[in-house]
Amino acid sequence: MDATTVIGLVSVITAGLTIAIGSIGPAFGEARALDRALASIAQQPDEAGRITRTVFVGLAFIESTAIYCFVISIILIFANPFWNQVIGG
Amino acid sequence: MDVTQLSPDEVIFWEWGFLHINATIVFTWAVMALMIGGVWLATRHLTNSSEVPRGQNALEVVIDYIGGQIREISGGDRPEPYLPFVGTVFLFIAVANLLTVLPGYVAPTASLSTTAALAIAVFLAVPVFGVTRQGWRGYLRHYIEPNPIMLPFNVIGDLSRTLALAVRLFGNIMSGTKIVAVLVGIVPLVFPIVFRALGLLTGLIQAYIFAVLAMVYIASAMSVSTEDERVDDDSIHSDERNSSWTPQQ
Repeated sequence: MDATTVIGLVSVITAGLTIAIGSIGPAFGEARALDRALASIAQQPDEAGRITRTVFVGLAFIESTAIYCFVISIILIFANPFWNQVIGG
Repeated sequence: MDVTQLSPDEVIFWEWGFLHINATIVFTWAVMALMIGGVWLATRHLTNSSEVPRGQNALEVVIDYIGGQIREISGGDRPEPYLPFVGTVFLFIAVANLLTVLPGYVAPTASLSTTAALAIAVFLAVPVFGVTRQGWRGYLRHYIEPNPIMLPFNVIGDLSRTLALAVRLFGNIMSGTKIVAVLVGIVPLVFPIVFRALGLLTGLIQAYIFAVLAMVYIASAMSVSTEDERVDDDSIHSDERNSSWTPQQ
């Protein structure tokens, strides 16, 4: 296999693995956060507005780890810095 | 914009020398023109009477809601100092994301340049608000709290949250655009519409989150040394404590 094939192969496989493994943790985290938030709203409906806002912001923080993985895999596929070294010369 | 293009930066409409007018710039101008024109139309005949024109009424609802959110986050502060900045950021991102219902439009927030610019604006706004409230000493003191060993970590925290702000918005909007582009290639009939709708929801939530986080960062820079408590990224939780205070001044 020449360098182009190896880089293409590794990039595609790594991109898939990145988003597959990287979305597991945030999924569990968001599930736990939502679980607690719904329980809290059920117990204290008066505080629903404040809980909802906190949960939205918290979910955004949790989700950003998954978004980082997504951006990495997108970079590997669309803007791979190693392609230019091999192809562009 | 097709599937192989990462962001609207790569769609170049016009080129002259080193000047590239790409899709990001054009659509940003379009959003700016739409917002300024719409607001100008709505605020031409501002009135104080009991009968309010529809445009003024709609804008007042939006501004009042943003002001209420700011007041809750900052723990009872008057929202007026922050409203121009936070409200503009929210409205720009929201309009830019919601306009994706128009065919051929690509949200400028799907480009890392736009989101980085917005995040840098927040990064600069935090010390501006902090210094005007507390002075240089008071603002800089929060970098060496709880003790000077934390100085590098506080600096890194400032930088990394700016990066996170930019990449979060970019990743969310870009992924929505990309998913629709891929689906148009696979199942062009109904499914892209469903994901477009989901993209609208995500876009609005991301605009809300961006504005709330900007306000949370600003509020954390304002309140550190007025009360002897540490307010950080999780300062949303401190609302409960803040709300029970009475204003000291």
